[in-house]
Amino acid sequence: MSWPFPDRAGHFGRYGGRYVPETLMAPLEDLERAYLEAQQDPAFQTELTYYLERYAGRPTPLYLARRLTEKFGGPKVYLKREDLCHTGAHKINNTLGQVLLARRMGKTRVIAETGAGQHGVATATAAALFGLECRVYMGTEDMRRQALNVFRMRLLGAEVTPVEAGSRTLKDAINEAMRDWVTHVDHTHYVLGSALGAHPFPLMVRNFQSVIGREARAQILEAEGRLPDVLLACVGGGSNAIGLFHPFIEDAGVRMIGVEAGGLGIESGKHAARFAAGEPGVLHGTLSYVLQDGDGQIQTTHSVSAGLDYPGVGPEHTYLMETGRAAYVWVTDEEALQGFRLLATLEGIIPALECAHAIAYATRVASEIGRDGILLINLSGRGDKDVDLVSEIMGEAPQQGGMGVRHGGDVIPDVGR
Amino acid sequence: MNRIDRCFRDLRAARGKALIPFITAGDPDLPTTRELAWAFDEAGADLLELGVPFSDPLADGTTIQRASQRALENGVTLKGVIGLVEQIRARSPIPIILMSYVNPILRMGAREFARCAGDAGVDGIIVPDLPPEEAQQLQAYCTAAQVHTIFLAAPTSTEGRLRRIAEVSQGYIYYVALKGVTGARESVQSDLEASLARLRRVTDKPIAVGFGISTAAQVSQVAALADGVIVGSAIVDRIEQRGRGPGLVEDVAAFVRALKQAMG
Repeated sequence: MSWPFPDRAGHFGRYGGRYVPETLMAPLEDLERAYLEAQQDPAFQTELTYYLERYAGRPTPLYLARRLTEKFGGPKVYLKREDLCHTGAHKINNTLGQVLLARRMGKTRVIAETGAGQHGVATATAAALFGLECRVYMGTEDMRRQALNVFRMRLLGAEVTPVEAGSRTLKDAINEAMRDWVTHVDHTHYVLGSALGAHPFPLMVRNFQSVIGREARAQILEAEGRLPDVLLACVGGGSNAIGLFHPFIEDAGVRMIGVEAGGLGIESGKHAARFAAGEPGVLHGTLSYVLQDGDGQIQTTHSVSAGLDYPGVGPEHTYLMETGRAAYVWVTDEEALQGFRLLATLEGIIPALECAHAIAYATRVASEIGRDGILLINLSGRGDKDVDLVSEIMGEAPQQGGMGVRHGGDVIPDVGR
Repeated sequence: MNRIDRCFRDLRAARGKALIPFITAGDPDLPTTRELAWAFDEAGADLLELGVPFSDPLADGTTIQRASQRALENGVTLKGVIGLVEQIRARSPIPIILMSYVNPILRMGAREFARCAGDAGVDGIIVPDLPPEEAQQLQAYCTAAQVHTIFLAAPTSTEGRLRRIAEVSQGYIYYVALKGVTGARESVQSDLEASLARLRRVTDKPIAVGFGISTAAQVSQVAALADGVIVGSAIVDRIEQRGRGPGLVEDVAAFVRALKQAMG
C-alpha cells in the first residue's frame, strides 16, 4: 500500500495533526510510539487476530442481498455484515485493538465517549475481557434515545457518566472524555471510537478498522472475480467508512461514497452534513471539516441517528473529499427510516439507524450503476438498539406506512472539490 | 518593546512578581469586562488575560465553561473581544493577552486576526489547543503584528518538549501547574518546585504559573517560585456569584488587590 497518509506529524494533506493542550502532547507521542511498535510486533498482531476471530466472530460474511438486488433491478448488492460482530457493530474491531494496546502500555483504566452507545458497549466489553476499569461518557440526550445500550454498558461493569453540557450528544461526550484524560493520563488510555481526534488516533482507528475492507476485498474477489463498482458507508466520525474504503484506495476503478446525516434537510439547519455545510476548522484535536458559525463556534447538529450526530468528521475523509477520491452525500432522517424498514422487510435484517443511511442512499445510486454492476454496502451495525426509538417515531404502527421517502434534500452528486 | 517584556523586565528589576488575573470576556457582559480590566489595573494586576468564549472549551473546568456559555449567550465573538481591547486601551496600558481556542482564530483567518489584534493593542495570545508543532503560521503573523505567542508547558512535557516550548514562547512561558483542566483546587501540587526547576534549567524567560491557584495563600506560595501567577477560576467564580448586581466591579477588584498584596 503506497498511500502515504498520514505523514509523520499526522497530517493528511493540510488536515489532521495534533491540536490539543500541551498536557496531552507527550502522552500522544507515547501512544504513537507504542502503537507503531505494537503494529510491528507479530505477538501483538497474533493476539489481536485471535480475539477478532475467536471472540468477536471475524471474518464477518459478505452477503449477497438477493431481494434488495431484485428490488433495485440490479446491480448486485452485497452487504458486509459488521452487524454480526460480537456486540453488534464494527466498533469492537477498534476497541479490542486499543484495549490490548492500553494493557501493553501498562494502563489500568480506559475511558471512552459514545453517541449511539455502540462504541461504549464495545469498549466496556473489551475492558471486561481484559480486566480494566472503564468509564464511558455519554450525552444525556443520547442516553435517552439509546437507553438499552446504557444498560448494556452498566451490565458489562462500566461506569456511564452522563454529560449535560451543550447539545448533550457525542460532541459533548468527547469534550468530557478529553477532560478526564488530561486529568488521569498517567494510568488511563482514552479509547477514541472514531477515526478522528489528534494523531495517532485517525491512523490507529483506521488501521484497526481496515480489517473490514481487507476482508471485503478478498471476499468480493472470491465471489465475483472482480472488484465492486461502488462502496457505500455511512459517515459520522467515519470509522466504519474509512475501514471499508482504505484497502480500496489504490483501486482507482472503485468509487467510494460516504453518506452523512442530512437530518431534517440542509436548509433546515438541523443536520450533520459536514461536507455539505461545513468549513475547515479544528474540533477535538484535528483539523477537518466542521459545522460552525461565522465566528468559529461549533454548531449543534441533528440526526435521528445518535452515531452520526456530530459536527466534525475524520480528517482522512476530508482529504479524500478534497482530492476527489471519495464523494460524500447525505440523506434525511426520513429516508434513513425508509432504508431501515426496507432492509428489515426485504432481507430480514434490522440495521442500525447509522448504516440505514447507506441503505437509503443505495436506493438512489443503484440505477446509475446498472444491472451488471456491484454495489458493496458496509452494514456497520445491527438495529436492536434503535427499535424503541423507531417505534416511537413510527407511532408503534410500522404497518401503517406514513413514512414516505422525501427527496426534498438534493443529493450532492459529487462534492468533487 | 512589547508591553509584556517591559512588564517582566521592570518587575525583575524591582524583584517583584506578576499577578495575572484571567477573566472571560463578555461575562457578565462586555462593558463590565471593560470596567473590570480598568479596576484590575488600579488594584495592582500586572498583566491581564482575557478569555475568548468558545463553544467547546475542552481544557477548562466547569467554572470557565459556564462563563464561556454566558458570554456566548450574550453574543460575544472574537471580533467583539478585540474591539473591547481597543476600548480598554483608551484608559489603561496594562499588558493584555487574549486566550482563545484555535478555531475562532482560524475562522477569522490567522493573518486577519493577528493584524486586528495588534492594531487594537493586544500584546500576546495564548492558544491552549495549539502546540508549537501546529503554531508556526499563526506565530509568524502575530510576530509581524508585534503580538507575542505564549506557549504552555505542562507536568507531562518531556525535556525535549520543554526546550522547544521555551525556545518559541514569547513574553513568558505559561506553566500548567497540574494535570487536568482549569479550576480551583484544595492545594498546590507538591512537586511544583521541582517541576519549575526543571523548566528553569532550559530557559531564563519569565515563567508564569496557572491552573488551580485560587487563594491568597496559594498565590503567595507560587509567587515564591515563579515570575508570575495566573488566577482565573477563583475570579470568574466571584463574577458568577455577583452576576450583574451592584458592587461587582468593586468586590472583584478588592479580591485582586488582596491577591497582589499576598505576593509581598
